[in-house]
This record gives sequence, C-alpha cells and structure tokens, in this order.
Amino acid sequence: MSLQPVKFYQTGTFTVGNRLLAPEERSVQANMERTNSLNSGHRACQGCGEALGARYAIDAAMIASQGQLVAANATGCLEVFSTPYPETSWQIPWIHSLFGNAAAVATGIAAAIKVKKAKGQGGDVRVVAQGGDGGTTDIGFGCLSGMFERNDDVLYICYDNGGYMNTGVQRSSATPPAARTATTMPVGPEPGNAFGQGKFVPAIAMAHEIPYVATATVADLRDLEYKVKKAMTFRGARYIQILVPCPLGWGAASHDTIRLSRLAKETGTFPVFEAEYGEITSSSKIRRLLPVEEYLKPQKRFAHLFGKTPAIDTIARLQAIADKNIRRYQMLDKEAN
Amino acid sequence: MDKPYAITLDPGSSLANHTGSWRTERPVYVDRLPPCNNQCPAGEDIQGWLFHAESGNYEKAWQHLTKDNPFPAIMGRVCYHSCESVCNRAKIDSPVGINSVERFLGDEAIKRKWKLSQTAADTGKHVLVVGAGPSGMSAAYHLRRFGHRVTVYDAGPFMGGMMRFGIPKYRLPRDILDAEMQRVVDLGVEVKLNSKVDNILETMKSGKFDAAFLAVGAHIGKRAFIPAGAVSKIVDAISVLRSMENEEKPMLGRRVIVYGGGNTAIDVARTAKRMGAEPIIVYRRNREKAPAHDFEIEEAMQEGIMIKWLSTIKEAGDANITIEKMVLDDTGFPQPTGEFETLEADSVVLALGQDVDLGLLEGVPGLAVADGVVTVDPNMMTGHAGIFAGGDMVPADRNITIAVGHGKKAARNIDAWLRGTSYTAPEKHAVANFESLNTWYYADAPKTVRPMLDIIRRQSTFEEVQGGLDESTALFEARRCLSCGNCFECDNCYGVCPDNAVIKLGPGNRFKFNLDYCKGCGMCVAECPCGAITMEPENI
Ligand SMILES: Cc1cc2nc3c(=O)[nH]c(=O)nc-3n(C[C@H](O)[C@H](O)[C@H](O)COP(=O)(O)OP(=O)(O)OC[C@H]3O[C@@H](n4cnc5c(N)ncnc54)[C@H](O)[C@@H]3O)c2cc1C
Ligand SMILES: Cc1ncc(C[n+]2csc(CCOP(=O)(O)OP(=O)(O)O)c2C)c(N)n1
Ligand code: SF4
Ligand code: SF4
Ligand code: SF4
Ligand code: SF4
Ligand SMILES: [Mg+2]
Repeated sequence: MSLQPVKFYQTGTFTVGNRLLAPEERSVQANMERTNSLNSGHRACQGCGEALGARYAIDAAMIASQGQLVAANATGCLEVFSTPYPETSWQIPWIHSLFGNAAAVATGIAAAIKVKKAKGQGGDVRVVAQGGDGGTTDIGFGCLSGMFERNDDVLYICYDNGGYMNTGVQRSSATPPAARTATTMPVGPEPGNAFGQGKFVPAIAMAHEIPYVATATVADLRDLEYKVKKAMTFRGARYIQILVPCPLGWGAASHDTIRLSRLAKETGTFPVFEAEYGEITSSSKIRRLLPVEEYLKPQKRFAHLFGKTPAIDTIARLQAIADKNIRRYQMLDKEAN
Repeated sequence: MDKPYAITLDPGSSLANHTGSWRTERPVYVDRLPPCNNQCPAGEDIQGWLFHAESGNYEKAWQHLTKDNPFPAIMGRVCYHSCESVCNRAKIDSPVGINSVERFLGDEAIKRKWKLSQTAADTGKHVLVVGAGPSGMSAAYHLRRFGHRVTVYDAGPFMGGMMRFGIPKYRLPRDILDAEMQRVVDLGVEVKLNSKVDNILETMKSGKFDAAFLAVGAHIGKRAFIPAGAVSKIVDAISVLRSMENEEKPMLGRRVIVYGGGNTAIDVARTAKRMGAEPIIVYRRNREKAPAHDFEIEEAMQEGIMIKWLSTIKEAGDANITIEKMVLDDTGFPQPTGEFETLEADSVVLALGQDVDLGLLEGVPGLAVADGVVTVDPNMMTGHAGIFAGGDMVPADRNITIAVGHGKKAARNIDAWLRGTSYTAPEKHAVANFESLNTWYYADAPKTVRPMLDIIRRQSTFEEVQGGLDESTALFEARRCLSCGNCFECDNCYGVCPDNAVIKLGPGNRFKFNLDYCKGCGMCVAECPCGAITMEPENI
C-alpha cells in the first residue's frame, strides 16, 4: 500500500502542513516540536538539498523510533558541513567514521545494541547509516552490499546529489550521463560524463531482496516521510535513496532545489518507488509529464547541451533513459492518461 | 575537565555559527492584494472571508464579508461577479465560485438569523439618505456603523430600489431582499417610505441634517420615436417591471415585442414569458454588441425567447409592427438596408435605458450635472459641500455592486467630513498576480456548478432560476481558493528551509524569519504556494 494522499482541497497533501488538516494528518516537518535533527548554523551552501533531505529523513526516523536513534555518517558534505570540530549540528547521537565504511560502522552498532539488549541493558535503539552517493555507490559499496547480504538491522539512507560535491564536484557512479563535473569536462566528442552502463543502487539493493528499498526526493515531503516511517517498521537491512539537488555542483539557483527535484520526477529522470523483498510495491505517478529539457535547462552542468547548436542527439538519449524509467517503474497513471 | 585523547575543546552547538551573515538578500513576509479583491466594486475582502469559510466558520466569514457589503444574499444572486473573471484560479482550471459561496453565506445568515453589529459610540450627527436602493442602504449601513444617526427617505412603498422594482423575482426572491434590507434597519437606521424628497435643501434644513447622501437611481424610461397607429400599446420596460410588484399585473397581450438589447430588455421579456406571452426581442445590433450579459441572453434563449438581431422598429400598427433589417458598418454602427418584415404585436415594450430624475436638485448652488448625471469628486461629494451622491445617478457603470461600493465610499468620506477631516484610503498592496504563485501545491478541483431550475418551471413560474450550494459543496468551493498573496498557513516555508530559519508561531499567528541563520537561499519564496514572501536586497 503506498502513501494515501489526503483528498482535501485546497492543497491536499502537497504542502508541508495545512491549517485545515488535523495535526496527525500533517507532516512531521509541520510540527512545532519536530526534532530539527540537523540544527541551524550548519555550513551547507544556500539551498542545499542534502541538508534539507537529511533533516526531513532523520526527523521522521526520530518519530518512528520514539527518539531512540543513533546515526553513523560517511564522510561527505553532510558530515563536513555539520561537524567542524568542536561544533555539531546534530541533535541526535551521531558517529562519524570514514568515507567508505558507514554501513560497516552501523552494522557494528546494531550488533552491539543486540548484545546489550540480550544482556538486558538499554532499550530498543534503532540504527541509521547515511552518506552521499560517492560514499554509497562507489567507495562504500562493498560494505553496503555486505550489510544487505547479512540483512543487518540498519536503515541506510543515501543522499544522492550525483557527484563528489564535498571535494569539489567530481564524478561519481551516480553522476548522470552528459553532466559536467570537475573530472568530466564538456570537451571532446562526448562532452561531460560518458554514457556508461549506469549504476542505480536502488535496483542493486532490490537484487539483494532486502526487506525494504525506496527512492524519494525533497520535492515530495509526505512521500519521503512515509517511506522513512515505513522502513522503520521492518527489521533487517533497508535502503532509501533520496535525490538531493546541489546548487553548487549542479550550477543551479539556490531557490530551485525543490523545483529541480520535482522536475526530476515529472520528467521521468528519477523514478520514485518502493519495493519489498525485491519486488516493487508502488511507484509515484507523474502529475504533469514534461520533456527532460525542462529538468536539464536550469542546470549549468548541462549548459553545453543547449549552446548555439543544441546537442539534440544527447538530449534524445537522456529522454530515452527517462522514457525507459517511466515504462519500467510505471510512472504514468494508466487511468489518468 | 578530563578530555579523551587528542580532544582539547568542549563540544559545542553549531548554533554559535550565525550563518545569517552569508546573506545578500532576505526573505520578507508580505500580504499582496488578491486580484479578486482588487476587482470587486464593493471592495470586499474576498480572500479574507473565503479564508474563514474554508475552515467551516461561516459566521465569521459572513461577519468579515459584511464589513464591506451588508448584502451577500443579494450579491450572491444578482451581482455580475466581475471578481471571478480575474480570479487566478481561472488559469488553472476555472475560477473560484466566489459568487456562489457568497450566496451560501448570505442564505446561512438569514437562516440562522445572524445579526450585524454596531459598536461605535453615537456621534450626535444626523445624515439624510435619499433613496433606499442598494447605494442608499449601503451608505446608511456604513454611516450607522460609524455611530451617526441615519434617516433614509424613499419615494416608493418598499425598500430595495431597482432591486425590487426592476429585477424580477425569479432572479431575486423578495424574502431574501427584505431580510437583508431589514437587517440594516435593525441596526438603528430609520427608513421613511412613501416619502419623496422634492427639494433636497429644504428637506435638509427642516430635518436639521448635517450631511446628505443622494442615491435616487435612474428610473425614467427612455423613449424612442416610433410612428404608431391609434390603438398600439407602447409602454416602457421599467413601468412594466414595476407594476409586477403591484396587485394588478400589466396587460401586454400574447405577442409582446421588446425593443432593446440590455439586461432590462431580457428581464422584461423573461417576465412576459412567465405570464404566458410569446415575447420577441428586437435589437438593432448583434449579440456580440448587445449590452446584456451573454449568460442572460443564453438563459432567455433557453426559455424560448426569440431575438431578432440587427433590426429596428420602423412603425407600429394596430396589431403588428414593421421592422427593418440592419447591417453593421465598419465602425460597428447599424445602418438600414431597406429590407422590411412585419411581426404580429399586441404591445411594444421599450427597454432603451433610463434617465435620472433630478427634480429634487433644482437650485442647489454649486451642484453640477453633465450628460444627465450628477458630477461628484473622488470622495463622492457633489459640488455642494455636504451633499454626496452615488449609484446610478452619478457617472459610472450602472449595477448593484458599484452602487453598494459608492455607498461605502461615500459613508467613509461623509464620516470624515463630519469630523472635519478627510478620508485617506489605506495604501493598496501590490496585486498578487498569477506569476507570483507556485500552483504545483494546489489540488486539482474543478468548479462546482450551481443547480438550475428545470426549463418548464422557468417558462411558467416566477420561482428562482438559479439554485444555491449546500454546505459540502460550498465548503469545497471555498477551498478551491488559492489565497492569492496572503499566507494560509500551509507550513511550506517552515518545512522547506534547509537552515530551520523559519519560526512557526502557531495556529493563526503565521511565521517569522530567524535572520541569525537565514542564508537567503530563496527557497521559502519559491515554494510558497500563494506568493506571500518576497526577497529584498540586504544593505551591504
Ligand atoms: C430591469 C433591471 C435589471 C437589473 N438587473 C441587475 C442585475 O442583475 N445586477 C446588477 O448588478 N444590476 C442590475 N440592474 C441595475 C441596478 O438595479 C442598479 O444599478 C441599481 O439598483 C442602482 O442602485 P441605486 O441605489 O443607485 O438606485 P435604485 O436602486 O434605483 O434606488 C433608488 C431609490 O431611490 C428612490 N427615489 C428616487 N427618487 C427619489 C426622491 N426624489 N425621493 C425619495 N426617494 C427617491 C427610488 O424609489 C428608489 O427606491 C438592473 C436594472 C434594471 C432596470
Ligand atoms: C578514503 C577517502 N578518499 C577520499 C576522501 C575525500 N572525500 C571526502 S568526501 C568526498 C566525496 C564525497 O562525495 P559524496 O559521498 O557523494 O558526498 P557529497 O559530498 O556529495 O554529499 C571525498 C572524495 C576521503 N575522505 N576518504
Ligand atoms: S556542495 Fe552541494 S551538497 Fe555540499 S553543502 Fe553545498 S549544496 Fe550541499
Ligand atoms: S484564487 Fe481566491 S484569492 Fe485568488 S483570485 Fe481567486 S478567489 Fe481571489
Ligand atoms: S528558505 Fe530559509 S534560508 Fe532560505 S531564504 Fe527562506 S528562511 Fe532564508
Ligand atoms: S509558504 Fe505557506 S505558510 Fe509560508 S507564507 Fe506561504 S502560505 Fe504561509
Ligand atoms: Mg554526492
């Protein structure tokens, strides 16, 4: 069963809250008592999608675990902007280790909690691991796959901004084709990032047949919170990948972070769905289908596609990827179209 | 303090780091003027009263509405609702049914006997209002709410003016009209019926009035010269409609020719139809050029009324008339063709517009009349100090809502004038245009259609044609409002700020920015559905 939208004019469940809804029908973020797991004063860029996504996700996990939560964090923007020694923005127990081992650290914490519980010490503390796409799909991938394979009781959240942003926007295996990064400059016959085979970790996570896998974006808060809460109802390994635009790395206006997330889904570029034990159980439907250009154009990392002679072929290939997503993840509502 | 290996500092919170210093622009909460409010001739705060209706608090909505206009049940039936034509929602699906929600509130108020209130202390001033039509009664209401003593004189036997003696019952049932007029009387306004004012200065002097508001309307039907046979019956539409309010109904016969293309022509034809006649409207220009609203022409045609476009009456005989076909020239003016046609006719009703009876103003020093209407300044004052005027008798479009708006405006200026000051309207906010909205956030919701009386009953009875909304449909309709330019507490800004720099102040209290941490990213501005936040440059 996917998120049940509240049928309620004028904004239904599209907005964060809604004065006309009963408090329990509003999002966690609408609550004056939300945890603010990631507090003000952090050093993320203006309009950082990762900072926003992290607060959205961890605040929801805090509700789901009744405040009994500990997080392990991989190196990356999220770690660097939140904890310059000796300050921290985290208002939850939080541990940093290395760039590639957040999943393994979380596994260890989960094991320790299990032992303590067996000895009758400590309550039911839940474990979250989090990292960027680089830390997840590249360097941390071995630890992550192991965590999945062992079905360790950890929710792993990947904040996907499509690159190694913290070290100056280098390419990762989650960088979209054709995108400009510091290591994939728009030069040569195939400017920007090469069209490789792609590496979509949610699909790889599903192949491990773990209890729960989902994707989300910061444009659909209700859906994101629902998925985090849903993930917390399972034991064992769970994985959520959240698309979090990076104004710096994407060359986008700081006020466009949510708009771009929305466009990523509405163009089919980023499929939003959930899966249990390896099978898709629901996918978010596109509300107003748009061509991929709408998503690409506001981002300077794709500017080379829209010069004097637009790279029609490249755009068509990106559109083909979106079309495939729409088909594969059933992003169009059959009844509505 | 004992610290672990290699640790030299105590842990601290990032709250010490005031990221607000990064900012080059700051977000600011604003209230913009919704286009509907800007358009409403009576100056209603539509978005404001819809806001209360949305939460189901209809009485509060009604109280808010009646601050500007005491007649929502009337408005909800006969106002031409130009507000809806500028409603931003039209660009999404269809405009909010403002008028139907207004009617719902007005009807609720009558049903539940809600009362208007008057809290201002008595000023000891006494204002004369001439004419108990919409303009006069609106002025009386506002003047009374300012604490003045008000006496209204009307020549006719009932209150309502053209709303009673022009607009037929099937559009405005009389119990509705009476209820809303009476409510103003209940506020302590004195109304003297059957009391024509023949000389304004004398009446003011003998009654010791401190100021006067004139709203005598335009009641003299315009005539046209039609060569006519001895027995032809030629009457004017206003007298026909007026006599509908009497015991003795007008005798028009079966074949009634209505001459004119305005709303009055339509109303008189539809009235004749209901009395069993077969009316034909004759109008010299075409449908596009007709001053009647298209929906009224449509409703008349649905009821089986024939319209002869591009025709003038050349001659009226005993039992027939001769019409001449016209063509529009390049300037859109009708020109004769020399082609004639004869129609059977028992009577001809002229609906060619109305003139103002200015008899009561003779000899008033300073007062100016141009094109048959009284000149007023921007404060609604005539050339004679202390005498104000509004409604159909001053230069403006002629409709009820404008008349009501004039009454309000005049009342404010009369009040100021009586206090020896002058009224300055608060500065208008910038209009909340469509581009300032983020419409993604609004749920899809097509407009609710009001029920219409079935056609047979529309042709034979004076029952009200257009029905109202019920509670659930009115609530639905109110909630279609986008709240253009005014915060409706959706919590988006509070949610989307990556820096937790928006402070939620709790229900009804909106939000404020924490400028210690706001980095000025502009996300709250971009994601506010209704455009209630703007960015302003920092002084750096
Ligand atoms: C047939 C018809 C249909 C209409 N339909 C609509 C409609 O659907 N919607 C709409 O918005 N508008 C409509 N109008 C226009 C609308 O009725 C007028 O614009 C509006 O009533 C003007 O209001 P008023 O207060 O200026 O004057 P009126 O409503 O004309 O009221 C003037 C009052 O002054 C009184 N009076 C006049 N002279 C004196 C005197 N010397 N002493 C004392 N009292 C005096 C009269 O008895 C009358 O009661 C219609 C008009 C007509 C003729
Ligand atoms: C083993 C190791 N190699 C390289 C680094 C340098 N490093 C720190 S963060 C980072 C990139 C992080 O990218 P990602 O995980 O996508 O997170 P983001 O900053 O984009 O949020 C790199 C390369 C490191 N800390 N450790
Ligand atoms: S570089 Fe990107 S991910 Fe890192 S803080 Fe800035 S916006 Fe966020
Ligand atoms: S949506 Fe509401 S506030 Fe906006 S113009 Fe329409 S009625 Fe007015
Ligand atoms: S979203 Fe937050 S940081 Fe950005 S402008 Fe608004 S208040 Fe400031
Ligand atoms: S985003 Fe919502 S809560 Fe914030 S100002 Fe706009 S309407 Fe009000
Ligand atoms: Mg990254």
